[in-house]
Amino acid sequence: METRRRFLSWLTAGLGAVAAIAASIPAIGFLFEPPPRRPREDWRAVGALDDFRIGETVEARFVDAAAVPWAGQASDVAVWLRRTSATEFVAFSLNCTHLGCPVRWESGAQLFLCPCHGGVYYADGSVAGGPPPRALARYPTRVDGSRVMVRTRALSV
Amino acid sequence: MHSLFEFWEWLKRLARHPVPPGTDWRYVLGSATLVAFLVQVVTGTVLATVYVPSTADAYHSLEVITNGGGLGRILRGMHYFGAGAMMILIGAHISRVFLTGSYKHPREMNWFTGAILFLLTLIMAFTGQLMRWDQDGIWSSVIAAEQAARTPGIGRWLAHVILGGATVGGPTLSRAFATHVFFIPGLIIVGVVFHIALLLKNGISERTSLGAPRESADYIPWYRELLEKRGRPFWPFAAWRDAVMAFAVVAAIIALAVVVGPKALGRPPDPTAVDASPRPDWYFMWYFAFLAWIPKATEPYVIVLAPLLFGLVLVALPFVFGHGGRRFRDRPWAIPIIVAAVVIVGFFWQLGERAPWSPDFAAPPLAADVTGAKVFHDRGCEFCHAIGHDGGHYGPDLTTVGRRMDHAQIISRILGGGNGMPGYALKLGDGELAALVSFLESRH
Repeated sequence: METRRRFLSWLTAGLGAVAAIAASIPAIGFLFEPPPRRPREDWRAVGALDDFRIGETVEARFVDAAAVPWAGQASDVAVWLRRTSATEFVAFSLNCTHLGCPVRWESGAQLFLCPCHGGVYYADGSVAGGPPPRALARYPTRVDGSRVMVRTRALSV
Repeated sequence: MHSLFEFWEWLKRLARHPVPPGTDWRYVLGSATLVAFLVQVVTGTVLATVYVPSTADAYHSLEVITNGGGLGRILRGMHYFGAGAMMILIGAHISRVFLTGSYKHPREMNWFTGAILFLLTLIMAFTGQLMRWDQDGIWSSVIAAEQAARTPGIGRWLAHVILGGATVGGPTLSRAFATHVFFIPGLIIVGVVFHIALLLKNGISERTSLGAPRESADYIPWYRELLEKRGRPFWPFAAWRDAVMAFAVVAAIIALAVVVGPKALGRPPDPTAVDASPRPDWYFMWYFAFLAWIPKATEPYVIVLAPLLFGLVLVALPFVFGHGGRRFRDRPWAIPIIVAAVVIVGFFWQLGERAPWSPDFAAPPLAADVTGAKVFHDRGCEFCHAIGHDGGHYGPDLTTVGRRMDHAQIISRILGGGNGMPGYALKLGDGELAALVSFLESRH
C-alpha cells in the first residue's frame, strides 16, 4: 500500500510536471528569446553630402533595421550627426548613457545635455558632468558617393 | 435546487466566519485595495475594447477614448485614479500590517502573498504608464531597459526582453500590453485567491491590546479560544465597515475622474523628437529623483541592487522576524521605520517634482544689456546657473557670485570646470571670456 501510494504520487506529480514543462518550453522560448549574436543592422541614407556643413551638428533620422510593419513612428531613430571633414561624419546616439533619455545638442554651449538627470557631454561625446558612466555611443557612418549613410544598431546599453 | 441551497449556505457560513473583538476601521485597507483592483479590472477591460496595442495606433486610439465624447474620458479617468488609489491603499495596508506586527506567526504566508501582490502592482503601474504610449511612455520603456541592462551577465538579455528587440519598436508596446492585460492580472488574481484563502485559514490578526501569548506554539490555541468566546461574525459586524470604505473609494475614483479627468496624453510618441523631457508618473517620481541624487560612484551597484534588495526585504520579512511580540514595546523600530519610509519617499518625491538637476532649456535671455549677459545666455551657462529669477539650478546660483569669487577664481572655474561643471576652455572666444568674467564679477 505504501509503495503504491509513493508510486502514484510520483506518477501524478511527474506527469503533471512533464506536461507543464513541455507546454511551457515553446512559450518561454518565444518570450525570452536571447538576443541574436549579430542583431540586424543596415546602412541607411540620411541625406545628401551637400546638405551638411563641416563642423555643424544636426539631427538625422532613419528607420531601424528591424522595423515591423505596424511600428509607426516607434521604429524611427534619430542621431546627432556632425560632418567633421569633406568626407567624414560622426553620429552620436541620442541615448544618454545614464538611463537612455534623449540628449539635446546645444550649439551655443557646444554640449550635449540630458533633460532627465542632468548628464552633460562635450562635443566629442565624452562625459563632462552629471551621472553618465561613459561617453555617448556612436553609430558607424560612411559617405556613399553623394549620400551620407548611417548604420543602424541596437540601443546602446 | 438542493445543491444550489447548499452552495448558498456554504457562502453564508464563509461570510459569517468569526473575527476577533475590536476589529475596527484599521482593518478596511486590504478590502479597499481589492475594490480598487476590481475597478481597474472593469475599467481596463472596457478600455481594451477600443485601445489598439500597436505603436502606430495606440496614441490615436487613446485620443479617441479621451476626446471622442461620451464616457471614454471618464473611464480613462477612473482607470488612472483607480491606479493611484490602488498604490495609496496598498501602501497604507502594508504600513498598517507592518505597524501592528500582523505578519508574524502564523500569518507569514499572508504577508508573503501580499508582498508578491504589491510587487505585481508595481509592474502594473509601470506598464500602465508605458501604455499611454505618448512621449513619456516611449521613453519609460528605454529607461526601464537601460536600468535592467546594468544587471551583470544577463543585462543585455533583460533589456532585449523588455524592448522585445534590440531597440524600441513595435514589439515594445505589444509586450507591455500583454504584460499589463494578461500576465500580471492573471497572477494578481491567483495571488488574491491565496491571500484571501490564507486570511480565512489563519483568521484576521487580533488587536495587540488583547495580549496574545508571545510563544508561537501557544498562539493558535489561544486565538481559537478567543474567536470561540469573544468572536463576532464577519458578516455583517465587520463587513459593514469594508462596505462603507469600498463606497468611499469608488465614489472618490468616480468623482476625480469626472471633475479632474484622466492624465492628459503627452506629446505624440515620436522617438526622434529630441526636445523630449521624459518624466515618470507620480508614483515613480521619488525613484526618478533617487537615481539622480545617489553618488555617482555607487550608481552601478544601486541601480541593480536597490530594486532587488527592496523586493527581497519585503518578501523575506516574516520569515526573518516572524516571531516575538507584536506590540510597539517589543518592536521599538516599527514606528521609526514607517516614519523614515514616508519621510524619505516624500523628500525624493518633492525633489523629483522640482528636478533641480535638469537643465533649464527654456531660460530666457537675461535682462542686463551687456555683452557678458548675452554670452551667459547664448553659451549655455544659464541652463544650469541662475542669475536673479532666470536660469537653471543644477549649478550654484550666480546672482551674487562677484561677492564670493575674485577675477582669477572666476576665470579658472569657467575654463577648467570641475564639480560636475564642464570646462569652457575651447568654447569661448577671447572677447567672450572677458565679457563674461566682467559680467559675473559685477554680480553683487
